[in-house]
Amino acid sequence: MSTATIDLAHDHDHEHHGPPKGLKRWLFSTNHKDIGSMYLIFALTMLFAGGVSAMAIRLELFLPGLQLLDPDLYNNLVTNHALIMIFGAVMPAAAGLANWMIPLMIGAPDMALPRLNNLSFWILPAAATMLILSFIVPFFPGGGTQINTGWTIYPPLSVQVGMSMDFLIFALHMLGISSVLASINIIVTIFNMRAPDMKLTQMPIFVWTWLVTAFLLILVIPVLAGGVTMLLFDRHFGTSFFNAAGGGDPVLFQHLFWFFGHPEVYILILPSLGVLASVVPTFSRKPLFGYSSLVGAMIAIMIIGMVVWAHHQYTIGMSLGAVSYFMIGTIIISIPVGLMIFNYMATMWRGAMTFETPMLFAVGILLMFSFGGLTGIMLAVVPADMQYHDSMFVVAHFHYVLMPGAIFGLFAGVFYWLPKWTGHMYDEKLAKIFFWVNVISFNVTFFPQHFIGLAGMPRRIVDYHVMFTEFNVLSSIGAMVFGLSHLLFLYIIIKTVRGGKQAENKVWEGAKGLEWELSSPPPFHSWTTPPKLAAS
Amino acid sequence: MAAISKRLGALSVFSLLAGWAGGARAEMALNFPEPAAGVAQEIYDIHMLTSAIATVLLVIILVVVGYSLYFHRKSRGYQADQHFHETWFGQWSWVIVPVLVLGIDLTIADSAQKTLEKVWEVPKNVDLMDVKVIGHQWWWEYEYLDHSVEIDGKPKAVRVESRYLPEDQAGEETAGYLRAVDNPLVLPVGKKVRFLHTSADVLHAFWVPELAVKKDAIPGYVTETWVDLTREGRFSGQCAELCGTWHSRMPIEVEVVSQERFKSWMEEQKQTMLVAAAEASLDKDWTREELMEKGRGNYNTRCASCHQINGEGLPPAFPALTGSAIVMGPLQAHLDIVLNGKPGTAMTPWNTLTDLELASIITYERNAWKNNTGDLVQPRDIKAAR
Repeated sequence: MSTATIDLAHDHDHEHHGPPKGLKRWLFSTNHKDIGSMYLIFALTMLFAGGVSAMAIRLELFLPGLQLLDPDLYNNLVTNHALIMIFGAVMPAAAGLANWMIPLMIGAPDMALPRLNNLSFWILPAAATMLILSFIVPFFPGGGTQINTGWTIYPPLSVQVGMSMDFLIFALHMLGISSVLASINIIVTIFNMRAPDMKLTQMPIFVWTWLVTAFLLILVIPVLAGGVTMLLFDRHFGTSFFNAAGGGDPVLFQHLFWFFGHPEVYILILPSLGVLASVVPTFSRKPLFGYSSLVGAMIAIMIIGMVVWAHHQYTIGMSLGAVSYFMIGTIIISIPVGLMIFNYMATMWRGAMTFETPMLFAVGILLMFSFGGLTGIMLAVVPADMQYHDSMFVVAHFHYVLMPGAIFGLFAGVFYWLPKWTGHMYDEKLAKIFFWVNVISFNVTFFPQHFIGLAGMPRRIVDYHVMFTEFNVLSSIGAMVFGLSHLLFLYIIIKTVRGGKQAENKVWEGAKGLEWELSSPPPFHSWTTPPKLAAS
Repeated sequence: MAAISKRLGALSVFSLLAGWAGGARAEMALNFPEPAAGVAQEIYDIHMLTSAIATVLLVIILVVVGYSLYFHRKSRGYQADQHFHETWFGQWSWVIVPVLVLGIDLTIADSAQKTLEKVWEVPKNVDLMDVKVIGHQWWWEYEYLDHSVEIDGKPKAVRVESRYLPEDQAGEETAGYLRAVDNPLVLPVGKKVRFLHTSADVLHAFWVPELAVKKDAIPGYVTETWVDLTREGRFSGQCAELCGTWHSRMPIEVEVVSQERFKSWMEEQKQTMLVAAAEASLDKDWTREELMEKGRGNYNTRCASCHQINGEGLPPAFPALTGSAIVMGPLQAHLDIVLNGKPGTAMTPWNTLTDLELASIITYERNAWKNNTGDLVQPRDIKAAR
């Protein structure tokens, strides 16, 4: 068990500590790489769980009429898809990348708080169990009604729901605790564990994005926790925070929720945009363009992102002054986001590019995330939003932001660092097939949804008017291919873990950074002595 | 389902792939429908402006990235410019790019703000017709606040209950599958209308794309929107804020008619209300047949969307009434739950119905299906229980 405690002062670097054997290695792990792997495996599992619910949704929407799901089950799946993807897939995957890469990138032996690291991971399976229970409890006798509120769980509807809502509230609390603990760990690691001559302004951008993300998480997760706790009290303890009949305010919950919910969008996309800062220079074979403006931009995103939440609720009847403020604030966010996108484009410009899979995903992100950002500006315009609000246009918009912005960035990161993690090269040919199938089917799925939204189809409906049929058919066909394409992703990863061409230390020709100076895979304890930064 | 199968007939995989050829194309909408109000036209215009700007920006990004992807590749022997970030452009782009984006932002925000000021607030000191729009799970109630009839010496606003009609009950004249309603919201063309939105239970949102304005209906709040109707026609929309099980079955139909037709329609409504009120206030003992007949109609309209025509409900959300302890038990408890609702569930208080309507519904529930209690409830029993 001596390996389970990290003794920062120990100097037995001649003595090799291998990983402990068996279940204990994982259950009691304090090793950032093992915990990172567990985060990633957990996230991949949840990606498939969330994906199955998305495919069920699209199957039901394939044609008008009620074919497959009853309305409550449909709404339950809508809720379940969002929560599993956000809290189960994207956030843990980003935390997995952080765990694996931050110590390697800043020359630290491990995370600063290894036992906290263990705790913040192992809360997740418990939280996920509660989350999944909240969807299936209604199918047991006496289980009450299904959660039919969407992930926004707005009261008063969420007060009508049965005990499954209580499971969900507790799951959200635990997920929140896990995220806050992980964030504390990341902040402490970044501030205290950098190689001695690495200034903050020399850290890789990926580390910067996680620093900003961790602060955002610590600032906004408690607000969500407070909101859902008030909801719990309204449901069971006779309070009237959100009950108009008792003097409360149903809109208050929306403010609390979106005060968390809007920064959450940046929490999801920033780490992925950070991955681009490693991938794009590598495959363009030239230095990152605009390091300081990238750092400035992400800090600006963090600050402005926290004060524009009400653009998710333009229709609640705010005053002219309030909506004008939220509109202009939201439009202004395009400046730092645009600057980030521009810097990546300028990094590619006049580079000597090759297109391995991580780079393909990076280019895909630049184009599709930009498109999602542009529809975001359209949505920010209050008068136009009176028409767009709660339509399928919104669904199309945020999938263009979150699939490329968050998940494609994670894919890029996984392919980029997988040879480093496993010591094996992945199958480039299969990975490229995965990229093309994935990206094309993604666009087939979500591009048509812009049009049906503009034409008047609301979101979150189980059944729709026949005038929306054609595009829904197309969207559903795309969604089936898109969903199934991820099996190929799983296959590629399993194949790479099990074997393949031995990866060199510096896997990619143009790669720069401390992580490439270690062996592939890195030793169980990396950077037992702090590295010196190269003179460049 | 007839409309669906008709639609599917026109929809072949070939027409899908071949660029939506044939009859399907004419009906397929890609953009906002043609506006039917001045404010909707404003909203349409700002939407087209921001779409155009977004499209131009997307094309610029595609061209720049596309150019770079084609020319700046290793396979073409292109040598990476290691000092690009040190050029004057590299040094100053962090200023140039934000300034350019700010310029675009201000262009958008400026137009948007102008439109916003025109459409957001209800104009003051103009002649407006007030319509209160109340969302219920899962139907709409419209109250014409400027039009009332006198019942029992008190003015009562003309009100319309508007509910989803299943396709087999919807006639040819209606808006079709999922869009047909029993009573549309009738409005006069050329009139400025103010909608006052509120809700009796959970959040809803009133959305008719031809009118464009959308606002949430929130219990405890009254929010407002307004439209200046510019053309006649029937416009369909539906609830846009997730409101529970039958969110997808909360259609809205607005019928904009000429001022004359509106007047005569309004007279009809008033007459109907007066006749109904007169009938309800008759101090007579209604026979079982009369009550059951009225009760069936009232129950099927108002109660059956949750408790179902056959009274079996959709447990656990909507309990069955057949053999229910409340329906079969003491009358008082039954009256209480119908009049006052059950907090925390979709069962809302039904005390706005007349004594006669409630008497007929409760009589029907206690005698229909296999609930043979034999109880007969008269309007005066309801009056006593209120």
